[in-house]
Amino acid sequence: MARVLEVKDLSVSFFTPAGEVQAVRGVSFSLEAGEVLAIVGESGCGKSVLCKSIMKLLPASAKIKSGTICVNGVDITGYKERDMNKLRGRLFSMVFQDPMTSLNPTMTIGAQIGEAVRVHEPRISREKLHKRILELMALVGIEHPEERMKLYPYHFSGGMRQRSVMAIALAANPDILFADEPTTALDVTIQAQILDLLRRIQTQLGTATVFVTHDMGVVARVADRVAVMYAGKIVEIGTAEEIFYEPRHPYTWGLMQSLPAYSKGKKTLSTIPGMPPSLLHPPKGDAFASRNPYALQIDHEEEPPMFRITDTHYAATWLLDPRAPKITPPIGGRSHE
Amino acid sequence: MNDDILLDVRHLTHVFPLSKKIAVKALDDLSFQIRRGEIFGLVGESGSGKSTAARCIMNLYRPAAGEIIYKGVNICDPAQFRTHRKMLQTTRQLIFQDSSSSLDQRMKVCDIVAEPLKIHRIRPARGSLRAEAEFQLRYVGLDAGFLDKYPSELSGGQRQRVAIARALSMEPELLVADEPIASLDVSIQAQIVNLFRHLQQEHGFSFLFIAHDLAMVEFLCDRVGVMYHGRLVEAAPAKELFSSPVHPYTQALLSAIPIPDPRLERARQIRQFTEDPENFQGVLTEVSPEHYVLMREGEHHG
Repeated sequence: MARVLEVKDLSVSFFTPAGEVQAVRGVSFSLEAGEVLAIVGESGCGKSVLCKSIMKLLPASAKIKSGTICVNGVDITGYKERDMNKLRGRLFSMVFQDPMTSLNPTMTIGAQIGEAVRVHEPRISREKLHKRILELMALVGIEHPEERMKLYPYHFSGGMRQRSVMAIALAANPDILFADEPTTALDVTIQAQILDLLRRIQTQLGTATVFVTHDMGVVARVADRVAVMYAGKIVEIGTAEEIFYEPRHPYTWGLMQSLPAYSKGKKTLSTIPGMPPSLLHPPKGDAFASRNPYALQIDHEEEPPMFRITDTHYAATWLLDPRAPKITPPIGGRSHE
Repeated sequence: MNDDILLDVRHLTHVFPLSKKIAVKALDDLSFQIRRGEIFGLVGESGSGKSTAARCIMNLYRPAAGEIIYKGVNICDPAQFRTHRKMLQTTRQLIFQDSSSSLDQRMKVCDIVAEPLKIHRIRPARGSLRAEAEFQLRYVGLDAGFLDKYPSELSGGQRQRVAIARALSMEPELLVADEPIASLDVSIQAQIVNLFRHLQQEHGFSFLFIAHDLAMVEFLCDRVGVMYHGRLVEAAPAKELFSSPVHPYTQALLSAIPIPDPRLERARQIRQFTEDPENFQGVLTEVSPEHYVLMREGEHHG
């Protein structure tokens, strides 16, 4: 498989009046053609900043401090706005969390999809454009596209709006789609439909997808691989099977255990105590140590490196060091039928 | 009337006019009861009328038809409402979904929490309003350091705790929470749900919990009602509803709960429910003790 995206040791900081906020700290990952990578973690751990920094959609106060971003083997780290504009839409595009704010309320849905098509094909004829809009609407599962292209966003329900946003994102057949919490604002039933749609589009068009979410249940449905982020770093990365059946990082355990499915029949849900640390002054050692019931002495002093578990599965926790005491993980290692 | 029942919603109907000719029926003959000390969950997709029901119960909307009996008082009747105004306004409290817009950005946390006491001129039991606010904050797991902060300095979970503390400062008998955890992270959701459970056991208030996250509802609630297009289609004790749903809409809704297990989750089929709400009428029929399902006369579901 071809490697469409390779991020190496990427660090992004916001320079604010209060000081430097280290939103992304040394993140490396790669994305193969046609795969779905889910990035999970709590709010404020740098998931969205990571996606936006790859697309260079960050405000002027943010700077890429170090690292490289390669797309299809080309290093785009130093690209200027004009070069990036040629890549956006064609090479990668993005679907945001709230479909109401990413659509223009004064334009019809058809006109907004058409606008996205015309940006990439300025000389397209009117008939061809019309055909392409209908094609895109059918692709994202909007029924009766002929009538609905004349409607405005307020006529549409949340799920339909999210479908329209996806049609716009897919207008120029991008290689990579960034989906930033696309289902958080939706109901469970609609959420499942949108996830299946994403999965279908991804197999149909072969679009590689980076899926950002905080919900492990959603991850299970769509992801081939999962990266768990905490305090601006990837703390564990592996295939969906490895992350769900054999998680190694205590933060992954905490995220999974806070799902009600793991507390069936119990009096209280298990939680991760406390809050993610401020990235203005990241703590010394492992950022998760203060919330980690399994923290070792060394966690407070030195940051753990990425330990290799299998060729696809890596985790950054001192528990994987050969000198660490043996503990039984609270989840994983069980048989799952 | 049964003393056990705190809130009795009878045949509640509410209509939003879109234009002179078209109107949307947000609530259609909705009836349910909440007992004292019970956690009642109301679930359904967006637009099914859950929030409208909550707003009618809190007198924020005047329903088009039907009545709501709270502690023997018909709160939809203006005369009765005026007579019992103080009792109604102090013993019912509401928590909104989005705490960033339901808390005043220009007020400090201690003023926010103590404001209901000020409005109703209740003498604080712990000396000063500030001491009262501190007590309530401690109750929801925030320390005194938060008293002088502004809502914008807090995280989503902390803000929602402040909103809960404000509601509890009146020691309500009925707490209505409209999607209180929908805008929070999964790990914070678990903290807030644990908090609700703990507070409910301590205070013993009745609790109407509105949500679309069914897994959390199953965990928290004693009884659950399922709404579809303004109607209650099924109501049952939580355990029974989740283990043996009867109405096809409930079954479809339950089939959409994500399972955190890739192999099971991918194999899972989601059932679609597309029946036109116009042609499903009927009455709530008791199929087993406490378990009511909307069905036509003589009809049996699966």
